Amino acid sequence: MSSDVGSLVVEHHQGTSRGGRLLSAILPGLPQLLAGRWGVGSAALLTWVGLLWIVVARPSRVASALGGAWDEQLAVGTLVVGLSTAWLWSWRDVAAAHEVKRVGVSVWELAVRAFSKNRTAVAGLLVIVGLYVIALLTPLVAPYDPAFQGDLLRERYVSASAAHPLGTDQFARDVLSRLLYGARISLLIGFVAVSISVTIGTLLGAIAGFLGGIVDGVIMRFVDMVISFPRLVLLITIIALFEPSIFLITAVLGLTLWPGTARIVRGEVLSLREREFVQAATALGFSKTRIILRHLIPNALGPVIVAATLGIGNTIVLEAGLSFLGLGVQPPTPSWGTMVADGRNVLLNAWWLSTFPGLAIVFTVLSFNLVGDGLRDALDPRLRS
Amino acid sequence: MSAESAPALLSVRDLRTWFFTDQGVAKAVDGVSFDVRAGETLGIVGESGCGKTVTSLSVLGLLPQPPARVMEGSSVRLRGEELIGSGERRMRALRGNEISMIFQEPMSSLNPVYKIGGQIAESLRLHRGMDRKAARAEAVRLLAEVGLSEPERRVDEYPHQLSGGMRQRVMIAMALSCEPSLLIADEPTTALDVTVQAQILELLAELRGKFGMAVLLITHDLGVVAEVCDRVVVMYAGQIVETGTVYDIFGEPAHPYTRGLLDSLPSVEDPGKRLDSIPGTVPNPIDWPTGCRFRARCPLATEGCELPQDLVELGEEGRTARCWRAPSLVATGAAT
Repeated sequence: MSSDVGSLVVEHHQGTSRGGRLLSAILPGLPQLLAGRWGVGSAALLTWVGLLWIVVARPSRVASALGGAWDEQLAVGTLVVGLSTAWLWSWRDVAAAHEVKRVGVSVWELAVRAFSKNRTAVAGLLVIVGLYVIALLTPLVAPYDPAFQGDLLRERYVSASAAHPLGTDQFARDVLSRLLYGARISLLIGFVAVSISVTIGTLLGAIAGFLGGIVDGVIMRFVDMVISFPRLVLLITIIALFEPSIFLITAVLGLTLWPGTARIVRGEVLSLREREFVQAATALGFSKTRIILRHLIPNALGPVIVAATLGIGNTIVLEAGLSFLGLGVQPPTPSWGTMVADGRNVLLNAWWLSTFPGLAIVFTVLSFNLVGDGLRDALDPRLRS
Repeated sequence: MSAESAPALLSVRDLRTWFFTDQGVAKAVDGVSFDVRAGETLGIVGESGCGKTVTSLSVLGLLPQPPARVMEGSSVRLRGEELIGSGERRMRALRGNEISMIFQEPMSSLNPVYKIGGQIAESLRLHRGMDRKAARAEAVRLLAEVGLSEPERRVDEYPHQLSGGMRQRVMIAMALSCEPSLLIADEPTTALDVTVQAQILELLAELRGKFGMAVLLITHDLGVVAEVCDRVVVMYAGQIVETGTVYDIFGEPAHPYTRGLLDSLPSVEDPGKRLDSIPGTVPNPIDWPTGCRFRARCPLATEGCELPQDLVELGEEGRTARCWRAPSLVATGAAT
């Protein structure tokens, strides 16, 4: 990908500085593309062109969204941030083309370099970033409201057309719009649930691993207990007792996924705490809290990030499964799982109903798994020098 | 010597650190007493497994308890203040501030995720309450002090960008950041190249003079001892077997174990000579032999060695050996 991989000297050669700047000001990413840096160049260019297209094609929607609901305002914010990031990044990249930087290279930067060599993982990352951007932009992009019903007599089960690029469902709702709004649900639940579980798991695992003894015993037996409890039964029980909602599903998933992280972090910390820098930190008079938070957890983060990435994929599948069973997100809120379930009875006549949400699930989860594997390779401590 | 009259900075009395394991009680340190005077370098010498490191870790209270336990009656005093049982909070205030420690393995003794400047600054900010900027400036100064080239640039580098010797210099800079009165160096040069070893030892000696701190040097390398130590404590099987000035130890070693160690050094006078070694290994700390613990490996063992041995005074103050035959051995200068 980029030419700087593997060297301490970061140096780009891309045409004359002035011409490059002019080009960059109009079409960010193009100077990088011309310099042969396909990955970053196309990412910047696509972001710029795509976001600009929204502004040009749907100015009224953007204008009304400014005073709209919070998710519409968030979409406008994403638009502004995305555009300015692409522009500024390209500008600064071109401006810095002839500067030679020689700076401290952290383990993270080394990992980024290793990761960026892995093409499939980078592709997965681009898909994920793209999905999140689109999810944020959905109110501006989606052709219809997800709950909007067309003419029930003539517009049910319409296959792909100009008006409905991915067809309509049994209530004459636009599948593309529902797919886009469904992405928000899946990605949000995946992200928030994994954030909760990673935070809990990392803290408990680090405490158990560092303190050892009774604390370790109590925490890890609690972990065993949570793991041994069948999650699906727990979810079904809780959802049967309470009104199913996005909040509830996220909370339940987040609060049941953490034991895996806790075990990973505990294992890492058990080996890290024998390393001399931890002893050195104690010998310098640092407190246990400081050692856990500042010295152990940052060093244990590599496998946690990998597990979290893979975990988001798993959570999305789990949520889709719950929704498929009718235990997840409740209609009319669109969710990929519910959409697949809705279409399964008419699969032969209206194949697009289940197919597109199904493909969306597959590609999203596949991307997360590719990124997870790429991160695992990049962050593997055995590959560090 | 003027150091003779100086009061003890660190005073260790009857230190017994035992490990309570499933196999039994390992008496890793079993009644060790010594003094470190302000400004001097005291070497603790011995083979692996004889209790040197456990002694030093016990002084700082760094051993995980359990399984380790510093037994009752043990005393470690810093300027008269008892450290055993003084509480975690007090120990934290002393560590890094009054007593610092550097370790054997410079490759793993720096945190790989932080810039070295940040790691030095962390201690400065904690113990000396400096703000970020002042701590950074001080870190640069310390890096220059320990002889790292281009300290302004190095301060922003990560440990993996430095060589072993450079990392050990950074460790020393961290240990010295609060100008401790005692530096414990646990095999500080063992993992380094020979040329770098010499540089680091020189640096330690230079900084000791500059900061006026005492150094407790733990090593198995008698060459290192000869180079930098004022006084030497030889340990074997959890006990001190001989103490004396560096001239005593090298000039007329009194304990057969010390002699064995010296004989296993290559000699300049007799370069073609096959190196001697002490037969056998250090016994198991769970089951120290009764009587003289070195008896089984001692070439001079005779009747009388099966009795427990005490440290015998050999004339001058601070000159002792744990061998009942030591006085006669020294007197006759018995060759081995």
